[in-house]
Amino acid sequence: MSGQKATGPRMRITLNVNGQNHDIQLDPRTTLLDALREHLGLTGTKMGCNHGTCGACTVHVDGRRQLSCLMLAAAAAGSEITTIEGLQGANGAPHPMQAAFVAHDALQCGYCTPGQIMSAISCIEEGHAGSDDEIREYMSGNLCRCAAYPNIVAAIRDVADATMAEAA
Amino acid sequence: MRPFTYSRATSLDQAISGSGHPHSAIMAGGTTLVDLMRGDLTGADQVIDIAHIPGLAEIEVEGETLRFGALARMADVAENTFLKHNYPALVESLQLAASQQIRNAATLGGNLLQRTRCVYFRDGVSDCNQRIPGSGCAALDGEDREMALFGTSDRCIATYPGDWGTALAAFDTSIEIASDSGRRVVDFADFHIAYCEDPARLSILRPGEIVTAILVKATPSGKRSTYIKVRDRQSYAYALTSAAVALEMDGETVIAARVALGGVASKPWRAQAAEAVLIGRRLDEALAIEAGHAAFTDAKPLRHNQFKIELGARTVARAALVAKGKI
Repeated sequence: MSGQKATGPRMRITLNVNGQNHDIQLDPRTTLLDALREHLGLTGTKMGCNHGTCGACTVHVDGRRQLSCLMLAAAAAGSEITTIEGLQGANGAPHPMQAAFVAHDALQCGYCTPGQIMSAISCIEEGHAGSDDEIREYMSGNLCRCAAYPNIVAAIRDVADATMAEAA
Repeated sequence: MRPFTYSRATSLDQAISGSGHPHSAIMAGGTTLVDLMRGDLTGADQVIDIAHIPGLAEIEVEGETLRFGALARMADVAENTFLKHNYPALVESLQLAASQQIRNAATLGGNLLQRTRCVYFRDGVSDCNQRIPGSGCAALDGEDREMALFGTSDRCIATYPGDWGTALAAFDTSIEIASDSGRRVVDFADFHIAYCEDPARLSILRPGEIVTAILVKATPSGKRSTYIKVRDRQSYAYALTSAAVALEMDGETVIAARVALGGVASKPWRAQAAEAVLIGRRLDEALAIEAGHAAFTDAKPLRHNQFKIELGARTVARAALVAKGKI
């Protein structure tokens, strides 16, 4: 943007990401997405449209899926953030949803995948994975330019079925 | 993005005193404001985050007046069991809006205050009386497929994009607003300003005023209500046309009706002509489409959006029949 200052006032915040507190000094314009990638080096969360339309930047904020490109980092201070890097178990094993994406070949280029997986986990937790149609509707905020959609739905259905079987 | 300061209000009074500054912006969920700021579409140099103010996110829906705290999240309200049974139009308008990620963050008050999706407003460079009053309207000579049929003028032909606001227009709704001189309640019909009246002003909110609640008068027609949305793709898109219909029936006969249109007007648009067609008559397919056409009698089509008249009429017709079939 021409004629505008490149930097503004700075502020200090504490972000809790994947169970760890991080003190960061940043420009208030910094989004949560940029803070994760540029300040904390957590590049698993992807920038797609940077506009709220593609879902690649989906993370969990206090246990709910949200778009990190539409949230200021300062607004996320005090919340518990979980990113794709925070999913793996203590023994380094992938999260069941990650394993299901691999098993079902639910990706081609893989760029949207972290956002898809974060969203998919929530889709089940929210109780919105009852049918393929419901999965498609509640995953509509995650676009995949490679169109791996049938396999994404299959992966989510698998994990949803396993979750239900476990609960029964 | 233009540089700004960020502060977090911990009380309503604190937020009100901060928001009196002409270049301050109130942020709740942030889903619309962050995007606007990124496009340099606001002059804001102070952001006041009100998301953490206690007491503004509660909803009470079972009394004489339904009260929705302005900070209630769209996704949470969409799951409310009482509303699903008694006011399906309200729930459906939330379920069909945006994506779950956005609904998890976005608030009911913020939703009402979203700006138009008109590309000539959003691009940041075209002539636009919303962005720069007096600069003109590039849409007049442009692609007008998504522009409005009602509440337009040669100064602005943009569409108000909200679903929730359209559903609210099908009920007796009012908006509670707080300022340092107390609270006032305004009729929802007077809350938004049609872009033809003043393109630069979205609502009657003044600096130093904050929406605290949305109030809906309880009505039996809530049970027989629906929100139908027609889009270019099946999910996660703005409405080409939409309709909210709420009915009270005596057998097959309509005894009370409210009809509101979305995707076709510069503010949530009540279609009283359609209501007049429905009331007192036996509701069947023929009457439903007659009501749909009545809703669009005064439409002012442009070059590329004429199709919305028939599409919109059929949307109203379908909503009327779906509403009738509820319960």
